[in-house]
Amino acid sequence: MLAIENVSRTFSNGETGFKNLNLSVKKGEVIGILGTSGCGKSTLLRVLSGLDEHYDGQVKIDGESVTAVHEKIGMIFQEPRLLPWLKVRENIPFGLKSDEHKTEKALKYIESVGLNGFENHYPKDLSGGMAQRVAIARALVTAPEILLLDEPFSALDAFTKMQLQDLLLAIWQQYHSTILLVTHDIDEALYLCDRILILRGQPGEIYEELTIPKLKPRGRGDAELAKMKDQIIKLLDLSQINNK
Amino acid sequence: MMSVKATVVSTEVGQKSKKGFQVNATLKTAALGAVVPLILVIAWEYLSRTGVFPPHLLPAPSVICQSLMNMSAEGNLWGHIGITLYRLFIGFLIGTAAAVVLGAAVGYLKKAESLFDPLIQAFRSIPSLAWVPLFILWMGIGEPSKVVLIAVGVFFPVYLNIVSGIQSVDRKLIEVGKIYNFSSLQLIRRIILPASLPSFLVGLRSGLGLGWMFVVAAELMGASTGIGYLLVYGQNTYSPDLIISSIVLFAILGKITDSILKTFEAKALHWQDTIEKKA
Ligand SMILES: Nc1ncnc2c1ncn2[C@@H]1O[C@H](COP(=O)(O)OP(=O)(O)OP(=O)(O)O)[C@@H](O)[C@H]1O
Ligand SMILES: [Mg+2]
Repeated sequence: MLAIENVSRTFSNGETGFKNLNLSVKKGEVIGILGTSGCGKSTLLRVLSGLDEHYDGQVKIDGESVTAVHEKIGMIFQEPRLLPWLKVRENIPFGLKSDEHKTEKALKYIESVGLNGFENHYPKDLSGGMAQRVAIARALVTAPEILLLDEPFSALDAFTKMQLQDLLLAIWQQYHSTILLVTHDIDEALYLCDRILILRGQPGEIYEELTIPKLKPRGRGDAELAKMKDQIIKLLDLSQINNK
Repeated sequence: MMSVKATVVSTEVGQKSKKGFQVNATLKTAALGAVVPLILVIAWEYLSRTGVFPPHLLPAPSVICQSLMNMSAEGNLWGHIGITLYRLFIGFLIGTAAAVVLGAAVGYLKKAESLFDPLIQAFRSIPSLAWVPLFILWMGIGEPSKVVLIAVGVFFPVYLNIVSGIQSVDRKLIEVGKIYNFSSLQLIRRIILPASLPSFLVGLRSGLGLGWMFVVAAELMGASTGIGYLLVYGQNTYSPDLIISSIVLFAILGKITDSILKTFEAKALHWQDTIEKKA
């Protein structure tokens, strides 16, 4: 479905976001991308989405080389990026074509992300986490085949976070979306992903790739997953992060 | 004095209903804004009556009021106001339309910017009143030359604000549209236009201000109707009350048209997160 061959991204100022990435993703797979801050995760998602065409190497979706945004792509940015002139219930269906039962779907997703009662609020009147939830709903409502998520749940409290992780899982089960999830939360990656890539360094490179064979839905307190968590923490080498 | 202030504050805090409080607040700002002009008018009236201001140069406010009333009673005042507003409106419309078309193209298309912007900037550096003789030569002293002059005055501020508004639209919002595979037209309509609306409205308001300036210029340069004509007529007949009445009329009308745009702006931009709107 998605194939990345030897992809690097070097900015015009000579800085390199990430380098020599190879990855091939099957339909319906959920890939987690873990890595320290600044190792090029957001840059990678921008390249995959087609927003950033100035990369070296090959990115292919269904065998086609990516030169612009592919219609199968959906994305949740690291920031909410809501349209300030639209109410919550207009922001959510922003990406839907006009004939797709906009209001119904919007209302359904407002419910799913727990924003009942805020339909008519403008983005300026939302909290950071609420704005992020609107952005999540806006991306999920279009049910894209490939969903790129850049730390989507990082602004949320633990409980809402779990609810939305389950929402994402439900979407995945319903549509068999292919998902690439950038996250700093190891538990989240273990809960949702089939494979976890660990990026390290600046510029970032793939340091390790872990496969999590367990079927979803998984238990949050699973002992096997807890073991993997320890392994991941070692791989991320937290001692190096601490003195950064 | 202290005690009076204290009671005022406490009654305001006691106001429970939000609406009532808001109305109260607007009334209060309006009242505050009226204080200084009122004092000035009273001082002026007093000084005129005591003869400090010679009536043949600066008649008293009451005299000016009287002359305005007379004119409106005779009926031709409304005709003059009407024709002035009409010229302003048509000129404003034409100038804005041209600015929207050119500004949108220049703001959005790099090619159009390199093609047109240098030329437009060069024209902008010509003081607009310098066009007057040319327009009169081309179109005579009838309506067309006046309307065109006003349109030229309105054009530049609107144009500049549209261009800068479009060019400063947040790239991050445009990317949201790109993720959804919006066509250029959709990008413009659904993201770029609303995002540049604030700047466009600022342009409209300063365009309107310049429009009023050019109405006066246009009517001074030869007209037989309009408030600007009343100015000239007042000068030729040595009637300062007529001149000052016209000036007062300009002030009132300018303020009214600006408030209309301002109200519209507030309505259209209520989603903005600015200091003024944080309550
Ligand atoms: N447009 C750009 N021009 C130059 N350098 C850039 C640009 N965008 C990103 N970078 C650099 O690329 C590196 C990776 O940035 P990126 O945003 O991808 O990090 P990240 O892994 O998403 O970090 P975080 O976890 O904090 O979000 C950083 O060192 C950043 O300075
Ligand atoms: Mg990032």
